[in-house]
Amino acid sequence: MSGVSADTPAAARIELGLRCFERMLLIRGVEDEVQRMFTQGLVRGTTHLCQGQEASCVGVCAALREGDTMTCTYRGHGAVLAMGAQADEVFGEIMGKAKGLCGGKGGSMHLTDVRIGAYGSFAIVGAHLPIAVGLSFASRYLGDDAVSVCFFGDGTTNIGAFHEALNLASLWKTPTIFVCENNRYGEYSPQSLTTPIERLADRAASYAMPGVVVDGNDLFAVHTIAGEAVERARSGEGPTLIESLTYRQVGHSRSDPAKYRPEGELDAWLARDPIVLLERALIELGVAEDDLAARRGRVAEDVAGALERAKSWPDPAPETRFENIYT
Amino acid sequence: MTELTYRQAITQALADELEADERVILFGEDVAAAGGVFKATEGLQERFGPRRVLDTPISEQAIVGCAIGAAIRGLNPVIEIMFADFAGVCFDQLANELPKYRYMTDGQVSVGMTVRLANGAGGGFGAQHSQSVENWFLNIIGLKIVTPATPGDAYWLLRAAIRDPNPVLYFEHKNLYNLTGALEADEPATIGKAAVVRAGGDITLVATQLMRHRALEAAELLAAEGVAAEVIDPRTIVPFDLDTVTASVAKTNRLICVQESSQGGSWGATLIASLVAENLELLDAPPIIVGGDETPIPYSGELEAAWLPSPERIAQAARRTLAY
Repeated sequence: MSGVSADTPAAARIELGLRCFERMLLIRGVEDEVQRMFTQGLVRGTTHLCQGQEASCVGVCAALREGDTMTCTYRGHGAVLAMGAQADEVFGEIMGKAKGLCGGKGGSMHLTDVRIGAYGSFAIVGAHLPIAVGLSFASRYLGDDAVSVCFFGDGTTNIGAFHEALNLASLWKTPTIFVCENNRYGEYSPQSLTTPIERLADRAASYAMPGVVVDGNDLFAVHTIAGEAVERARSGEGPTLIESLTYRQVGHSRSDPAKYRPEGELDAWLARDPIVLLERALIELGVAEDDLAARRGRVAEDVAGALERAKSWPDPAPETRFENIYT
Repeated sequence: MTELTYRQAITQALADELEADERVILFGEDVAAAGGVFKATEGLQERFGPRRVLDTPISEQAIVGCAIGAAIRGLNPVIEIMFADFAGVCFDQLANELPKYRYMTDGQVSVGMTVRLANGAGGGFGAQHSQSVENWFLNIIGLKIVTPATPGDAYWLLRAAIRDPNPVLYFEHKNLYNLTGALEADEPATIGKAAVVRAGGDITLVATQLMRHRALEAAELLAAEGVAAEVIDPRTIVPFDLDTVTASVAKTNRLICVQESSQGGSWGATLIASLVAENLELLDAPPIIVGGDETPIPYSGELEAAWLPSPERIAQAARRTLAY
């Protein structure tokens, strides 16, 4: 599915909107559960949640087709689910279960499902940008027409690997779509404390690639912009940097209550919650409120069912820790 | 018998693998148009074209990361990191991404690629261009580490590295590029198999790369004194052929590791720890390391020569061990 613009027939727009609505609800439901699972001691280490950023990953991934590849960060549950990962296998991995996506070896920060093109969640800031260049380089070399989407945060634009990757991608014209999800905070620090420029998309100019800004809480806007970048990449014109303006409704990680946020900021962004905005847009397109409520109910049941299944799965056998080091 | 230099052996191995498999690609800084700063990739772009042999910017993180991405999509990249010391610039990719990607995804991906790095001291390149960088990676699980010392081993081990479905760090020694030798071998080198390069029953010297050659010189000095030293070149640091070393020590009861680095966290230290833990009773004297001094590698010819183990220093250590 390519970009949907304002003149797309309403039916197609509704179909896309509803599909994405359900996916966004699924992500929200999973993230809310993961937050609760922590308090119940079901999750080890740490986790990084993406409530409030769902339109960004879902809108971009809806512009992809089979064979395309996606890489993301440790805040990647949403992106992996947006590619189509099964919620029970996501929960399972986060709980370290044998039937989790990575057999319990990866955890919250490394969700990967190659079957659906989700080539990995990376826990070192910036590390996966060069890898995404390689994934797309291979597509060009093999002549298979696939593009590669790479999600990262605003903080990543200050690390060396970002610049090396964008430079190489533009030089080699690889079919890469760099998606900077600007949620306004790099860990605990607001962008203004760490970055001397306001618009991160401006950094694309240094690498002679288009840099575009989009309202990351507007599903249709994200999908349209992503569709254009995907089209450009697929037709051999090279990479694009998309800056998707959004907001992390929760702290950086489980131990962060996000007290550094100015008064009223969260409320303002909650009023622009991407799921609420999409719901409003769908109602304007003529979708019945009952229909949307029914979908909310179904997805909530799916999330609850997936969680129950994952909880019932066994832990990995200790000896499996020796498996899959070498090929 | 075809005699080639160590450098030509590397070029030949790259050419043979590029020829054999369309999935093999080669990229790095100055490797294509310029043929490599050590001229180890000369002529390959002319022969195989710019689609398969590419120059990159000076961007080691991008070079390694791009190769990882290409590898998991089924290509077989061979990349060059030029001076091995530059591994520091892309240590995240080499230490956190490359060796762990397969494990963290429980086998969903396979990262078959080869990283070529120019290693070693003796050329007056100073503290940041002379280290034996293989030692940095000993505590990282998931890599294979290869350290050839002769043209024949360089050729066969590079072909083996490229064909291996795992990530392989392939260290070339800068001061061996002009060494000549035959490619043909009764038993071509394979990853994980040491070579007994001189037989002897009195003391075991284990050494790689430039130190292998110096250990052989030391063995000559010792032979003149009636001491028969056995010299073993592990050729591969990971996986390490402990069996060959153990069999030798069972015969000689004495072990010296000769290496181009200080002791801490080195392959010699690892070897001694493994051998002592399993076979202490084989030893009649404490096993020792003859290595670089506990300093960064100095520049001046006089200083660097004093820093590097010389044949005489190796022989002297052997005499002490034999007299223990």
